[in-house]
Amino acid sequence: MSATDVRMRGDARGSATAGSRPERANALTDQDRLALLRYMLMMRLSEERTLKLYKQGKIPGSFYDGCGQEAIGVGAAFALAPEDRLCILHRDLGAHFVRGLTPDRYMANYMGRSGGVTGGKDGNMHFGERELGCVGMVSMLPDMALVASGLALAFKMRGERRVAMTFFGEGSTANGQWHEAMNMAGVQRLPVVFMLENNQFAYSTPNELEFAVDPIERARTYGFEGITVDGNDVEAVFGAAARAADRARDGGGPTLIECRTMRMHGHGAHDDMSYVPEEMLAEWRDRDPIELHAERLAAEGFDQDEIERLRAAVSELVESCAERAVASPMPDPETAEHGVFADRWEPLGDGQAPWSRWDDRDPGHGPHADGGAGSSNGHGDLGIAA
Amino acid sequence: MSGGTITRLEPSTPRGGGESAAASELTYLEAISDALRTEMRRDETVFCLGEDIGAFGGAFKVTDGFIEEFGEARVLDTPLAENAIIGTAVGAAIEGMRPVCEMQFADFISCGFDQLVNVAGKMHYRQGLAVPIVVRLPSGGGFSGGPFHSQNPEAWFMQAPGLKVVAPATAADAKGLLVSAIRDPNPVCFLEHKGLYRSVKGEVPAGEHTVPIGAARRVREGEEMTVIAYGSAVLLAEQAAEELGGSIEVLDLRTLVPLDRDAVLAAARKTGKVLIAHEATASAGVGAEVAALISERAFEDLDAPVRRLCAADVPIPFSPPLEQRVLPQLDDMKEALDELARY
Repeated sequence: MSATDVRMRGDARGSATAGSRPERANALTDQDRLALLRYMLMMRLSEERTLKLYKQGKIPGSFYDGCGQEAIGVGAAFALAPEDRLCILHRDLGAHFVRGLTPDRYMANYMGRSGGVTGGKDGNMHFGERELGCVGMVSMLPDMALVASGLALAFKMRGERRVAMTFFGEGSTANGQWHEAMNMAGVQRLPVVFMLENNQFAYSTPNELEFAVDPIERARTYGFEGITVDGNDVEAVFGAAARAADRARDGGGPTLIECRTMRMHGHGAHDDMSYVPEEMLAEWRDRDPIELHAERLAAEGFDQDEIERLRAAVSELVESCAERAVASPMPDPETAEHGVFADRWEPLGDGQAPWSRWDDRDPGHGPHADGGAGSSNGHGDLGIAA
Repeated sequence: MSGGTITRLEPSTPRGGGESAAASELTYLEAISDALRTEMRRDETVFCLGEDIGAFGGAFKVTDGFIEEFGEARVLDTPLAENAIIGTAVGAAIEGMRPVCEMQFADFISCGFDQLVNVAGKMHYRQGLAVPIVVRLPSGGGFSGGPFHSQNPEAWFMQAPGLKVVAPATAADAKGLLVSAIRDPNPVCFLEHKGLYRSVKGEVPAGEHTVPIGAARRVREGEEMTVIAYGSAVLLAEQAAEELGGSIEVLDLRTLVPLDRDAVLAAARKTGKVLIAHEATASAGVGAEVAALISERAFEDLDAPVRRLCAADVPIPFSPPLEQRVLPQLDDMKEALDELARY
């Protein structure tokens, strides 16, 4: 990692301060660093492909993506262990992929197909794969900050070394539930990591109309640490998230991590972003998180051909997933009245955790000695292993 | 279960198919405490959270002495933040706990409504995730609580699919329905009427005692007309029926969602004359739903228009003469029954 990993405040060209290298235990192997690139590419290419489906009229409603924000969901989720839990935001498709979701399930969800994660019950990014340890978001933001705090409360009550992570935009820091969540997590010292994505706009409202004080400065007043990182640097995001997760596991309570980034597309596909100055976009376009990471790998001696092969493999995967999603049938209308009430409680499963740190862990480690569903490390099951 | 370090404890009292040998006379409030204590002893995943429920024992003392027995982790005093109470309960429930939230007054559910309606209520439908939480709601007026400490918000929840709603009228039902609510895998709104807390007493089975959610209870048999009520209105109906001396059937709904439609229709068909009574406001309330059900499915069996006795559609006023004017009183019940009898 470079010395410019951590930026305090500032825009894309903001003044750099001393970066911090990940601690030894949080080191990334070459394979890990390639995996970060792979998941960011999966997100970018899946969203580009899904935008085409939208333009073809295959998606009811609108289309929302996280173009330019790939480093945040991918970097943060990459820091988690299988038994950790996530509430993922609509700009963080990559976090779902890190946990093991395949793009066809995402695309089918957007099209309201039976093969989507929610089987057509909910649309767009409002999903979480239960078997991968994810709880789907709602439109009211940041409601999931409280739900994640509740997941963390259960871990704390049971004395488990587990972490809940949730994501929200800077826009939702204006809502009262944000305060309720920060306060509850601070008072109870809950093992939760709050990922704040400052993408400059809440729909069309710029930062200066959203808050008088940068929300990261509020973390201290809730009794825990708040740090700002370059949200376009996947390794910086990863490093901050990994340290926060370790702190949470060690009983050190929550952390608020502000990732400074830019929403490179409109709020939704219907939004032409006429309110964003072109210079601002141009500036951030030069700091594309995927290209930044790819360039860094190339500069550090990674085989350029390997990187290109990776792009091609992801592209192929996304295309085959799109075919599968389009082939998925619409749901049976009768199912519209099914599932309002549960017959029984069932546990969340464990997610995929590709970070090499978990590779050689004793299978009996953690709270899942009894074996959680879907517990798997690695990232070989998507057919794109390097 | 995920995170299997929690063990379910053996029952501390004998089980007996929903009944146990021993019973004692408890107030409605003591029965609620007994249900909580019984479930917390039986199952370590059950815990309470709310405002002032720990050292103080709750605004109405429902959890008095709990913190000494169960510790502060399981009798969790929260910040004054209702969305936080319900939202963290949702997360904990998804992870295998059985939280029981206390709203200090049912009125304050408005401050936690988003988490209840949008997160808890829709979670299983959207995501296939069960959310086994109970939200205890001390509700009802009659004591000059004014517009913010007297409401009966049950109809709000009936408009929000995914929430079960129960409203017991007796001590035994308060215990049995609360135990069932805690064991139910869904969010359950438990409306406990404050006016019944200490005024209602009854035999309550000790230890294991459950009352099924979704089953109404026939309080009184009669042939002439039927009162369909729940909560505090059940007592009014019983008292009015006694004083009038007629052959009046009284049905206690006990559960509002899911409604015991069969019991409602049977009671309506039996007498052909129905008065629906509740303390909540009239418009688009439980009575409206029950009346619609009867008119759709039992119209041919009616001998009179279905009538409602409810609170006026106004905020609950503070001053006693104003509040008494708004909330249904015993004389109102007798008058309504008298009119129905004469139809």
